[in-house]
Amino acid sequence: MIPVTINGEPAEVPAGWTVRDLVADRIGHPVGEDGRALDGRALGVAVALDDTVVPRSRWAATALAADARCEFVTAVQGG
Amino acid sequence: MTTTDTPTPATAAPAAAPSTTAPAQPGAAADPLVIAGRTLGSRLIMGTGGATDLAALERALIASGTELTTVAMRRFSADAGTSVFALLQRLGIMALPNTAGCYSTRDAVLTAELAREALETDWVKLEVIADEDTLLPDGVQLLEATEELVRRGFTVLPYTTDDPVLARQLEEAGAAAVMPLGSPIGTGLGILNPHNIALITARAGVPVVLDAGIGTASEAAQAMELGCSAVLVASAVTRAQDPEAMARAMDLAVRGGREASRAGRIPRRQLALASSSFEGIIETAGTSREAESL
Repeated sequence: MIPVTINGEPAEVPAGWTVRDLVADRIGHPVGEDGRALDGRALGVAVALDDTVVPRSRWAATALAADARCEFVTAVQGG
Repeated sequence: MTTTDTPTPATAAPAAAPSTTAPAQPGAAADPLVIAGRTLGSRLIMGTGGATDLAALERALIASGTELTTVAMRRFSADAGTSVFALLQRLGIMALPNTAGCYSTRDAVLTAELAREALETDWVKLEVIADEDTLLPDGVQLLEATEELVRRGFTVLPYTTDDPVLARQLEEAGAAAVMPLGSPIGTGLGILNPHNIALITARAGVPVVLDAGIGTASEAAQAMELGCSAVLVASAVTRAQDPEAMARAMDLAVRGGREASRAGRIPRRQLALASSSFEGIIETAGTSREAESL
């Protein structure tokens, strides 16, 4: 397990976990190689690692590094 | 007729230039709103903040007829999931992410980047707020963030003060529309400086969207009469006692105000101008028309 910070909370994730693994775990649905739902639908979420957005096309290839600061966001009511 | 009834200047001095296009047909389709090349059938932009529950929000969104609706970007929580985005997708309404809660260019740019990735749109309603009490825009950082986001390929709709100078600077920085406030967010105080809004619309080369402060339908109509291309309402609908009915009222008000704006209002005058002719009026004993002339 490696230590990371997810949405401001300390967390431990399995070594080798990718952004795609993290997203699938949190939303509770599988995520395709392209960073979309398996039916091609947009998931409506985004991830930044250390203040840089990771495009969904790179989720499957981007592993979470130790001490990574991860922001995982979605749309909520507002404005 | 007398010589003292010279029309007074309209209080909204620089009225929007009369449209040279053909008169609008009833219905929005003949008079669409175009922002950054995208055509929208409704001139009412909705916000989703303040709704008590998603079902009430859905009814209000449908009643409003809106095609563009704002959402905020926040950390994912398992409870809420992605339900607001899913709702807008289901209703076929384009989501307009905002950067609400951002106090710096840096936060606003990252929030916009996250929104672009999450919602697959490069449109952003840019908010850079100065303080929590007023929620007024920080003009300096707003301009800076607009420039940066335009550079990064965003379609930027900045939420700004009713300052005509700043509105121009934002347009020059590449904003696709400017969104001046009528009054501070959530106050329902209406349009506090109609003259400034009219100045902004008269000089703008991009659509002007009246954003924030609207409390009821007449104020939305007023915004359109002042030359705005669209109106954004959130609290006025979502916190109304009957959000669905208020959403419908806002839709009608925006249409009415738009039509009135295009129709060209009469000039304001000091004295009355009879709408019935005095020609052929009867006389009774002792009446003299002469006495009526000043």
